[in-house]
Amino acid sequence: MKHLLSAADLDREQAITILDTAGELAALTDRSVKKLPTLRGRTVVNLFFEDSTRTRISFEVAAKRLSADVINFAAKGSSVSKGESLKDTALTLEAMGADAVVIRHNLSGAPHRLATAGWIGGSVVNAGDGTHEHPTQALLDAFTMRKHLRGGSGDLEGVRVGIVGDVLHSRVARSNVLLLRTLGAHVTLVAPPTLLPLGVETWPCDVSYDIDSVLPRLDAIMMLRVQGERMHDAYFPSALEYSRLYGLDSSRMSKLPDHAVILHPGPMNRGMEISADVADSPRSLMVEQVANGVSVRMAVLYLLLGGMKEND
Amino acid sequence: MDSSRTRIVLDDSDIVRAIRRVAHEIVESAKGADDLVLLGIPTRGVALAERIAVAIAEIEGKSVPTGALDITLYRDDLRLRPARALEPTSIPPEGIDDRIVVLVDDVLFSGRTVRAALDALNDIGRPRAVRLAVLVDRGHRELPIRPDFVGKNLPTAVGEQVRVNLREVDGTDSVTINEGASQ
Repeated sequence: MKHLLSAADLDREQAITILDTAGELAALTDRSVKKLPTLRGRTVVNLFFEDSTRTRISFEVAAKRLSADVINFAAKGSSVSKGESLKDTALTLEAMGADAVVIRHNLSGAPHRLATAGWIGGSVVNAGDGTHEHPTQALLDAFTMRKHLRGGSGDLEGVRVGIVGDVLHSRVARSNVLLLRTLGAHVTLVAPPTLLPLGVETWPCDVSYDIDSVLPRLDAIMMLRVQGERMHDAYFPSALEYSRLYGLDSSRMSKLPDHAVILHPGPMNRGMEISADVADSPRSLMVEQVANGVSVRMAVLYLLLGGMKEND
Repeated sequence: MDSSRTRIVLDDSDIVRAIRRVAHEIVESAKGADDLVLLGIPTRGVALAERIAVAIAEIEGKSVPTGALDITLYRDDLRLRPARALEPTSIPPEGIDDRIVVLVDDVLFSGRTVRAALDALNDIGRPRAVRLAVLVDRGHRELPIRPDFVGKNLPTAVGEQVRVNLREVDGTDSVTINEGASQ
Protein backbone atom coordinates (compact mmCIF):
# COMPACT_ATOMS: atom_id res chain seq x y z
CA MET A 1 0.00 0.00 0.00
CA LYS A 2 1.52 3.30 -1.06
CA HIS A 3 -1.39 5.74 -0.82
CA LEU A 4 -4.62 5.88 1.15
CA LEU A 5 -7.10 7.67 -1.11
CA SER A 6 -10.35 5.80 -0.57
CA ALA A 7 -11.81 3.40 1.97
CA ALA A 8 -12.43 1.17 -1.05
CA ASP A 9 -8.63 0.78 -1.48
CA LEU A 10 -8.57 -1.43 1.60
CA ASP A 11 -9.45 -5.10 1.55
CA ARG A 12 -10.61 -6.82 4.74
CA GLU A 13 -7.13 -7.98 5.70
CA GLN A 14 -5.52 -4.57 5.20
CA ALA A 15 -8.28 -2.83 7.13
CA ILE A 16 -7.89 -5.23 10.05
CA THR A 17 -4.09 -4.77 9.98
CA ILE A 18 -4.57 -1.01 10.30
CA LEU A 19 -7.05 -1.43 13.17
CA ASP A 20 -4.81 -3.96 14.97
CA THR A 21 -1.78 -1.70 14.55
CA ALA A 22 -3.79 1.24 15.89
CA GLY A 23 -4.78 -0.92 18.86
CA GLU A 24 -1.13 -1.51 19.75
CA LEU A 25 -0.23 2.14 19.19
CA ALA A 26 -3.09 3.29 21.46
CA ALA A 27 -1.09 2.02 24.46
CA LEU A 28 1.35 4.87 23.82
CA THR A 29 -1.20 7.30 25.30
CA ASP A 30 -0.64 5.81 28.76
CA ARG A 31 3.14 6.09 28.64
CA SER A 32 5.19 8.91 30.06
CA VAL A 33 7.25 9.22 26.85
CA LYS A 34 4.62 9.45 24.11
CA LYS A 35 7.05 9.08 21.25
CA LEU A 36 8.40 6.37 18.97
CA PRO A 37 11.51 6.70 16.80
CA THR A 38 9.94 4.90 13.84
CA LEU A 39 9.63 7.74 11.29
CA ARG A 40 12.70 9.71 12.37
CA GLY A 41 14.04 11.70 9.44
CA ARG A 42 10.85 11.44 7.39
CA THR A 43 8.83 14.50 6.46
CA VAL A 44 5.05 14.64 6.50
CA VAL A 45 3.32 17.64 4.93
CA ASN A 46 -0.19 18.54 6.04
CA LEU A 47 -1.59 20.23 2.95
CA PHE A 48 -4.93 21.72 3.95
CA PHE A 49 -6.97 23.65 1.38
CA GLU A 50 -10.02 23.60 3.62
CA ASP A 51 -10.62 24.53 7.24
CA SER A 52 -10.09 21.74 9.70
CA THR A 53 -9.13 21.59 13.34
CA ARG A 54 -9.37 18.06 14.57
CA THR A 55 -8.21 16.23 11.44
CA ARG A 56 -5.17 18.46 10.94
CA ILE A 57 -4.16 18.39 14.59
CA SER A 58 -4.81 14.66 14.72
CA PHE A 59 -2.47 14.01 11.78
CA GLU A 60 0.09 16.40 13.24
CA VAL A 61 0.09 14.65 16.62
CA ALA A 62 0.18 11.24 14.93
CA ALA A 63 3.20 12.15 12.79
CA LYS A 64 5.03 13.79 15.70
CA ARG A 65 4.50 10.78 17.98
CA LEU A 66 6.25 8.72 15.32
CA SER A 67 9.12 11.28 15.25
CA ALA A 68 8.43 12.50 11.71
CA ASP A 69 9.06 16.13 10.85
CA VAL A 70 5.75 17.87 10.21
CA ILE A 71 5.15 20.82 7.93
CA ASN A 72 1.72 22.42 8.11
CA PHE A 73 0.65 24.06 4.91
CA ALA A 74 -2.67 25.88 4.99
CA ALA A 75 -3.93 27.34 1.74
CA LYS A 76 -4.96 30.52 3.50
CA GLY A 77 -1.92 32.73 3.88
CA SER A 78 0.11 30.75 1.33
CA SER A 79 0.88 31.20 -2.37
CA VAL A 80 -2.39 29.38 -3.11
CA SER A 81 -4.27 32.54 -2.19
CA LYS A 82 -2.12 34.24 -4.86
CA GLY A 83 -3.43 31.76 -7.41
CA GLU A 84 -0.85 28.97 -7.34
CA SER A 85 -2.14 25.71 -8.83
CA LEU A 86 -2.21 22.36 -7.06
CA LYS A 87 0.50 21.19 -9.45
CA ASP A 88 2.93 23.96 -8.60
CA THR A 89 2.25 23.55 -4.88
CA ALA A 90 2.92 19.83 -5.25
CA LEU A 91 6.18 20.41 -7.15
CA THR A 92 7.31 22.75 -4.39
CA LEU A 93 6.59 20.16 -1.73
CA GLU A 94 8.40 17.49 -3.77
CA ALA A 95 11.44 19.75 -4.06
CA MET A 96 11.43 20.10 -0.28
CA GLY A 97 11.53 16.32 0.09
CA ALA A 98 8.10 15.41 1.45
CA ASP A 99 7.82 11.67 2.14
CA ALA A 100 4.07 11.90 2.61
CA VAL A 101 1.43 14.49 1.83
CA VAL A 102 -1.74 14.52 3.88
CA ILE A 103 -4.22 16.46 1.78
CA ARG A 104 -7.59 18.00 2.61
CA HIS A 105 -9.23 19.68 -0.37
CA ASN A 106 -12.63 21.17 -1.07
CA LEU A 107 -12.72 19.45 -4.47
CA SER A 108 -13.49 15.75 -4.76
CA GLY A 109 -10.67 13.89 -6.46
CA ALA A 110 -7.82 16.28 -5.59
CA PRO A 111 -5.92 13.59 -3.57
CA HIS A 112 -6.29 11.14 -6.47
CA ARG A 113 -4.88 13.72 -8.88
CA LEU A 114 -1.99 14.45 -6.53
CA ALA A 115 -1.19 10.74 -6.16
CA THR A 116 -1.39 9.79 -9.82
CA ALA A 117 -0.21 12.85 -11.78
CA GLY A 118 3.47 12.09 -11.19
CA TRP A 119 4.15 15.42 -9.50
CA ILE A 120 5.36 13.87 -6.27
CA GLY A 121 7.10 10.64 -5.33
CA GLY A 122 5.83 10.27 -1.78
CA SER A 123 2.69 8.76 -0.31
CA VAL A 124 -0.62 10.60 -0.42
CA VAL A 125 -3.18 10.33 2.35
CA ASN A 126 -6.69 11.62 1.72
CA ALA A 127 -7.77 13.67 4.74
CA GLY A 128 -11.11 14.57 3.19
CA ASP A 129 -11.84 15.66 -0.39
CA GLY A 130 -15.03 17.59 -1.12
CA THR A 131 -18.09 15.40 -0.71
CA HIS A 132 -16.16 12.31 -1.79
CA GLU A 133 -14.19 10.46 0.89
CA HIS A 134 -12.53 10.67 4.29
CA PRO A 135 -10.97 7.22 4.78
CA THR A 136 -9.13 7.83 8.08
CA GLN A 137 -12.40 9.01 9.65
CA ALA A 138 -14.03 5.74 8.58
CA LEU A 139 -11.10 3.82 10.06
CA LEU A 140 -11.34 5.59 13.40
CA ASP A 141 -15.11 5.04 13.48
CA ALA A 142 -14.62 1.34 12.73
CA PHE A 143 -11.89 1.18 15.39
CA THR A 144 -14.21 2.78 17.97
CA MET A 145 -17.13 0.49 17.11
CA ARG A 146 -14.91 -2.59 17.11
CA LYS A 147 -13.58 -1.71 20.54
CA HIS A 148 -17.05 -1.33 22.07
CA LEU A 149 -18.97 -3.99 20.17
CA ARG A 150 -16.38 -6.64 19.33
CA GLY A 151 -13.83 -6.41 22.13
CA GLY A 152 -11.23 -4.69 19.94
CA SER A 153 -10.32 -7.50 17.57
CA GLY A 154 -11.37 -9.08 14.30
CA ASP A 155 -13.92 -7.57 11.93
CA LEU A 156 -17.45 -6.13 12.35
CA GLU A 157 -19.38 -9.07 10.90
CA GLY A 158 -23.08 -8.69 11.69
CA VAL A 159 -22.83 -5.28 13.37
CA ARG A 160 -25.78 -3.05 12.40
CA VAL A 161 -24.86 0.59 11.91
CA GLY A 162 -27.19 3.49 11.20
CA ILE A 163 -25.76 6.61 9.54
CA VAL A 164 -28.20 9.47 9.95
CA GLY A 165 -28.43 12.90 8.38
CA ASP A 166 -26.74 14.85 5.62
CA VAL A 167 -25.45 11.93 3.52
CA LEU A 168 -25.49 14.09 0.38
CA HIS A 169 -22.63 16.32 1.54
CA SER A 170 -20.90 13.72 3.66
CA ARG A 171 -17.57 12.21 2.69
CA VAL A 172 -17.65 10.52 6.09
CA ALA A 173 -20.80 8.60 5.16
CA ARG A 174 -19.40 7.35 1.86
CA SER A 175 -16.11 6.19 3.37
CA ASN A 176 -17.93 4.57 6.28
CA VAL A 177 -20.35 2.67 4.03
CA LEU A 178 -17.45 1.30 1.98
CA LEU A 179 -15.24 0.33 4.93
CA LEU A 180 -18.04 -1.05 7.12
CA ARG A 181 -19.19 -3.21 4.22
CA THR A 182 -15.63 -4.53 3.78
CA LEU A 183 -15.56 -5.40 7.48
CA GLY A 184 -18.88 -7.25 7.27
CA ALA A 185 -21.16 -4.72 8.98
CA HIS A 186 -24.64 -3.89 7.76
CA VAL A 187 -25.28 -0.19 7.16
CA THR A 188 -28.58 1.67 6.94
CA LEU A 189 -28.52 5.27 5.75
CA VAL A 190 -31.27 7.42 7.23
CA ALA A 191 -31.98 10.82 5.68
CA PRO A 192 -34.64 12.92 4.04
CA PRO A 193 -34.74 12.23 0.27
CA THR A 194 -33.28 15.67 -0.45
CA LEU A 195 -30.12 14.83 1.52
CA LEU A 196 -29.36 11.54 -0.21
CA PRO A 197 -26.93 11.57 -3.16
CA LEU A 198 -27.89 10.53 -6.67
CA GLY A 199 -27.24 6.82 -7.16
CA VAL A 200 -27.38 5.95 -3.46
CA GLU A 201 -29.37 2.83 -4.41
CA THR A 202 -26.16 1.41 -5.89
CA TRP A 203 -24.28 1.78 -2.57
CA PRO A 204 -23.80 -1.44 -0.58
CA CYS A 205 -26.31 -0.47 2.13
CA ASP A 206 -30.01 0.04 2.94
CA VAL A 207 -31.74 3.41 2.85
CA SER A 208 -34.57 4.59 5.07
CA TYR A 209 -36.44 7.87 5.50
CA ASP A 210 -37.73 6.97 8.97
CA ILE A 211 -35.27 7.05 11.87
CA ASP A 212 -37.70 5.72 14.49
CA SER A 213 -38.27 2.42 12.70
CA VAL A 214 -34.50 1.85 12.37
CA LEU A 215 -33.38 2.71 15.93
CA PRO A 216 -34.41 -0.50 17.77
CA ARG A 217 -32.28 -2.68 15.46
CA LEU A 218 -29.00 -0.77 15.67
CA ASP A 219 -25.72 -1.62 17.43
CA ALA A 220 -24.23 1.78 16.58
CA ILE A 221 -25.65 5.03 15.31
CA MET A 222 -23.62 7.74 13.63
CA MET A 223 -25.09 11.22 13.50
CA LEU A 224 -23.77 13.34 10.62
CA ARG A 225 -23.30 17.06 10.86
CA VAL A 226 -25.73 19.19 8.88
CA GLN A 227 -23.21 20.94 6.64
CA GLY A 228 -24.60 24.44 6.38
CA GLU A 229 -21.53 25.70 4.54
CA ARG A 230 -22.11 23.31 1.64
CA MET A 231 -25.87 23.92 1.43
CA HIS A 232 -26.78 26.41 -1.22
CA ASP A 233 -30.37 25.21 -1.70
CA ALA A 234 -33.31 24.61 0.61
CA TYR A 235 -32.86 20.94 1.49
CA PHE A 236 -35.38 20.98 4.32
CA PRO A 237 -38.03 23.50 5.38
CA SER A 238 -36.53 24.54 8.72
CA ALA A 239 -33.88 23.60 11.25
CA LEU A 240 -36.60 22.84 13.77
CA GLU A 241 -38.34 20.44 11.41
CA TYR A 242 -35.07 18.69 10.62
CA SER A 243 -34.19 18.17 14.25
CA ARG A 244 -37.75 16.93 15.03
CA LEU A 245 -37.64 14.38 12.20
CA TYR A 246 -33.98 13.31 12.17
CA GLY A 247 -32.30 14.66 15.30
CA LEU A 248 -31.20 12.31 18.08
CA ASP A 249 -32.68 13.39 21.41
CA SER A 250 -33.04 11.51 24.67
CA SER A 251 -36.43 9.99 23.81
CA ARG A 252 -35.01 8.58 20.57
CA MET A 253 -31.88 7.44 22.40
CA SER A 254 -34.10 5.37 24.72
CA LYS A 255 -35.34 3.40 21.67
CA LEU A 256 -31.81 2.17 20.95
CA PRO A 257 -30.80 -1.22 22.38
CA ASP A 258 -28.94 -0.87 25.70
CA HIS A 259 -25.58 -1.86 24.23
CA ALA A 260 -25.79 0.52 21.26
CA VAL A 261 -23.22 3.32 21.01
CA ILE A 262 -23.47 6.81 19.52
CA LEU A 263 -20.86 8.34 17.23
CA HIS A 264 -20.48 11.73 15.58
CA PRO A 265 -17.56 12.77 13.36
CA GLY A 266 -17.64 16.31 14.73
CA PRO A 267 -17.92 19.21 14.86
CA MET A 268 -21.40 18.84 16.35
CA ASN A 269 -24.34 21.18 15.88
CA ARG A 270 -25.88 20.74 19.32
CA GLY A 271 -29.65 21.06 19.12
CA MET A 272 -29.66 20.27 15.40
CA GLU A 273 -28.70 16.66 14.58
CA ILE A 274 -27.96 15.79 18.20
CA SER A 275 -29.35 17.20 21.43
CA ALA A 276 -26.99 18.40 24.13
CA ASP A 277 -28.03 15.77 26.69
CA VAL A 278 -27.41 12.96 24.17
CA ALA A 279 -24.07 14.46 23.16
CA ASP A 280 -23.01 14.51 26.83
CA SER A 281 -24.38 11.06 27.70
CA PRO A 282 -21.91 8.27 28.51
CA ARG A 283 -23.09 6.35 25.43
CA SER A 284 -21.71 9.06 23.15
CA LEU A 285 -18.16 8.31 22.10
CA MET A 286 -17.14 11.60 20.47
CA VAL A 287 -14.21 12.32 22.79
CA GLU A 288 -12.96 8.77 22.44
CA GLN A 289 -13.29 9.04 18.65
CA VAL A 290 -10.84 11.95 18.72
CA ALA A 291 -8.32 9.95 20.78
CA ASN A 292 -8.75 6.92 18.54
CA GLY A 293 -8.22 9.16 15.52
CA VAL A 294 -4.63 9.77 16.58
CA SER A 295 -3.94 6.04 16.98
CA VAL A 296 -5.51 5.17 13.63
CA ARG A 297 -3.58 7.91 11.81
CA MET A 298 -0.35 6.77 13.43
CA ALA A 299 -1.10 3.28 12.15
CA VAL A 300 -1.74 4.58 8.62
CA LEU A 301 1.44 6.69 8.59
CA TYR A 302 3.50 3.81 9.98
CA LEU A 303 2.16 1.29 7.46
CA LEU A 304 2.63 3.73 4.53
CA LEU A 305 6.01 5.17 5.52
CA GLY A 306 7.54 2.83 8.09
CA GLY A 307 8.90 0.22 5.72
CA MET A 308 10.77 0.07 2.49
CA LYS A 309 9.90 2.77 -0.02
CA GLU A 310 7.40 1.42 -2.50
CA ASN A 311 7.39 2.38 -6.12
CA ASP A 312 4.23 2.56 -8.10
CA MET B 1 13.45 -27.72 4.54
CA ASP B 2 15.82 -30.61 3.76
CA SER B 3 15.39 -32.87 6.79
CA SER B 4 18.66 -34.77 6.27
CA ARG B 5 20.57 -31.56 6.98
CA THR B 6 18.44 -30.57 9.96
CA ARG B 7 19.73 -31.64 13.34
CA ILE B 8 17.94 -31.46 16.69
CA VAL B 9 20.13 -29.64 19.21
CA LEU B 10 17.75 -29.56 22.18
CA ASP B 11 14.73 -31.81 22.67
CA ASP B 12 11.76 -31.12 24.92
CA SER B 13 13.35 -32.38 28.14
CA ASP B 14 16.58 -30.45 27.37
CA ILE B 15 14.47 -27.29 27.03
CA VAL B 16 12.70 -27.96 30.36
CA ARG B 17 16.07 -28.39 32.11
CA ALA B 18 17.57 -25.32 30.45
CA ILE B 19 14.62 -23.15 31.49
CA ARG B 20 14.78 -24.47 35.06
CA ARG B 21 18.50 -23.70 35.28
CA VAL B 22 18.06 -20.22 33.81
CA ALA B 23 15.28 -19.58 36.37
CA HIS B 24 17.63 -20.61 39.20
CA GLU B 25 20.38 -18.35 37.88
CA ILE B 26 18.02 -15.38 37.56
CA VAL B 27 16.82 -15.77 41.15
CA GLU B 28 20.37 -16.26 42.40
CA SER B 29 21.70 -13.15 40.67
CA ALA B 30 18.72 -11.02 41.76
CA LYS B 31 18.94 -12.43 45.32
CA GLY B 32 15.28 -13.43 45.25
CA ALA B 33 12.26 -12.78 43.07
CA ASP B 34 10.95 -9.61 44.68
CA ASP B 35 11.99 -6.92 42.23
CA LEU B 36 12.00 -8.99 39.06
CA VAL B 37 9.98 -8.27 35.91
CA LEU B 38 10.22 -10.67 32.97
CA LEU B 39 9.62 -9.18 29.52
CA GLY B 40 9.50 -11.56 26.57
CA ILE B 41 10.23 -10.37 23.04
CA PRO B 42 7.47 -11.65 20.71
CA THR B 43 6.76 -14.21 19.57
CA ARG B 44 8.67 -17.02 21.28
CA GLY B 45 10.34 -14.87 23.90
CA VAL B 46 6.91 -14.25 25.47
CA ALA B 47 6.23 -17.98 25.84
CA LEU B 48 9.74 -18.49 27.28
CA ALA B 49 9.27 -15.64 29.76
CA GLU B 50 6.04 -17.23 30.99
CA ARG B 51 7.75 -20.59 31.44
CA ILE B 52 10.63 -19.00 33.35
CA ALA B 53 8.06 -17.23 35.56
CA VAL B 54 6.42 -20.57 36.35
CA ALA B 55 9.82 -22.07 37.20
CA ILE B 56 10.68 -19.11 39.47
CA ALA B 57 7.31 -19.46 41.21
CA GLU B 58 8.18 -23.11 41.94
CA ILE B 59 11.58 -22.16 43.31
CA GLU B 60 10.67 -19.07 45.33
CA GLY B 61 6.94 -19.53 45.89
CA LYS B 62 6.30 -16.05 44.49
CA SER B 63 4.81 -15.01 41.19
CA VAL B 64 6.89 -12.71 39.01
CA PRO B 65 5.23 -10.01 36.85
CA THR B 66 5.58 -11.07 33.23
CA GLY B 67 4.86 -9.18 30.04
CA ALA B 68 5.65 -8.75 26.37
CA LEU B 69 7.75 -6.09 24.67
CA ASP B 70 7.32 -5.67 20.92
CA ILE B 71 10.35 -3.97 19.40
CA THR B 72 9.15 -3.61 15.79
CA LEU B 73 8.89 0.19 15.95
CA TYR B 74 12.46 0.42 17.28
CA ARG B 75 14.14 -1.83 14.72
CA ASP B 76 17.07 -0.47 12.73
CA ASP B 77 16.12 -2.40 9.57
CA LEU B 78 12.56 -1.05 9.15
CA ARG B 79 13.44 0.58 5.87
CA LEU B 80 14.88 -2.59 4.40
CA ARG B 81 11.53 -4.41 4.32
CA PRO B 82 7.86 -3.57 3.84
CA ALA B 83 6.14 -2.27 6.99
CA ARG B 84 5.35 -5.06 9.39
CA ALA B 85 2.30 -5.62 11.55
CA LEU B 86 2.94 -5.05 15.24
CA GLU B 87 2.98 -7.72 17.95
CA PRO B 88 1.29 -7.14 21.30
CA THR B 89 3.14 -5.24 24.00
CA SER B 90 1.96 -5.68 27.57
CA ILE B 91 3.81 -4.11 30.45
CA PRO B 92 2.78 -5.50 33.87
CA PRO B 93 0.76 -2.96 35.92
CA GLU B 94 3.62 -2.76 38.45
CA GLY B 95 5.67 -1.02 35.76
CA ILE B 96 9.43 -1.35 35.32
CA ASP B 97 10.71 1.62 37.32
CA ASP B 98 13.38 0.62 39.85
CA ARG B 99 12.91 -3.06 39.07
CA ILE B 100 15.26 -5.63 37.61
CA VAL B 101 13.97 -6.26 34.09
CA VAL B 102 14.95 -9.53 32.48
CA LEU B 103 14.53 -9.44 28.70
CA VAL B 104 13.77 -12.90 27.34
CA ASP B 105 14.27 -14.01 23.75
CA ASP B 106 14.62 -17.34 21.99
CA VAL B 107 17.81 -16.86 19.95
CA LEU B 108 20.59 -14.30 20.39
CA PHE B 109 22.30 -13.64 17.06
CA SER B 110 23.36 -10.17 15.86
CA GLY B 111 22.17 -8.41 19.03
CA ARG B 112 20.15 -5.87 17.06
CA THR B 113 16.84 -7.03 18.51
CA VAL B 114 18.21 -6.53 22.02
CA ARG B 115 19.50 -3.09 21.09
CA ALA B 116 15.99 -2.19 19.92
CA ALA B 117 14.52 -3.62 23.13
CA LEU B 118 16.85 -1.46 25.24
CA ASP B 119 15.65 1.61 23.33
CA ALA B 120 12.03 0.60 23.86
CA LEU B 121 12.60 0.10 27.60
CA ASN B 122 14.10 3.55 27.80
CA ASP B 123 10.79 5.06 26.65
CA ILE B 124 8.73 3.03 29.11
CA GLY B 125 10.60 3.64 32.32
CA ARG B 126 13.87 3.43 34.22
CA PRO B 127 14.67 -0.06 35.51
CA ARG B 128 17.27 -0.52 38.24
CA ALA B 129 19.01 -3.02 35.99
CA VAL B 130 18.34 -4.81 32.71
CA ARG B 131 19.41 -8.43 32.18
CA LEU B 132 19.20 -10.65 29.14
CA ALA B 133 18.10 -14.29 29.12
CA VAL B 134 18.08 -16.37 25.92
CA LEU B 135 17.40 -20.00 25.19
CA VAL B 136 20.13 -20.19 22.54
CA ASP B 137 23.20 -18.04 21.98
CA ARG B 138 24.42 -18.76 18.48
CA GLY B 139 27.16 -16.11 18.30
CA HIS B 140 27.98 -13.70 15.45
CA ARG B 141 27.22 -10.53 17.40
CA GLU B 142 27.20 -7.25 15.45
CA LEU B 143 26.85 -5.07 18.54
CA PRO B 144 28.58 -5.04 21.94
CA ILE B 145 25.85 -7.03 23.68
CA ARG B 146 26.17 -10.20 25.75
CA PRO B 147 23.58 -12.37 27.49
CA ASP B 148 23.47 -12.84 31.28
CA PHE B 149 21.61 -16.17 31.24
CA VAL B 150 21.97 -18.70 28.43
CA GLY B 151 20.10 -21.99 27.98
CA LYS B 152 22.56 -23.33 25.42
CA ASN B 153 25.65 -21.93 23.76
CA LEU B 154 25.53 -23.11 20.19
CA PRO B 155 28.51 -22.47 17.91
CA THR B 156 27.19 -21.92 14.38
CA ALA B 157 28.27 -20.76 10.96
CA VAL B 158 26.64 -17.50 9.85
CA GLY B 159 24.68 -19.23 7.09
CA GLU B 160 23.15 -21.88 9.33
CA GLN B 161 19.57 -21.49 10.50
CA VAL B 162 18.69 -22.02 14.14
CA ARG B 163 15.05 -22.60 14.83
CA VAL B 164 13.33 -22.69 18.21
CA ASN B 165 9.99 -24.49 18.35
CA LEU B 166 7.83 -24.03 21.41
CA ARG B 167 4.59 -25.81 22.28
CA GLU B 168 2.65 -22.55 22.73
CA VAL B 169 3.55 -21.31 19.25
CA ASP B 170 4.63 -24.30 17.16
CA GLY B 171 2.93 -27.21 18.93
CA THR B 172 6.22 -28.90 19.78
CA ASP B 173 9.34 -28.24 21.86
CA SER B 174 12.70 -28.42 20.09
CA VAL B 175 15.71 -26.45 18.91
CA THR B 176 17.01 -27.38 15.48
CA ILE B 177 19.90 -26.29 13.30
CA ASN B 178 19.75 -26.45 9.55
CA GLU B 179 23.27 -26.81 8.21
CA GLY B 180 22.36 -26.67 4.55
CA ALA B 181 20.74 -23.24 4.59
CA SER B 182 22.16 -21.04 1.92
CA GLN B 183 23.61 -17.74 2.96
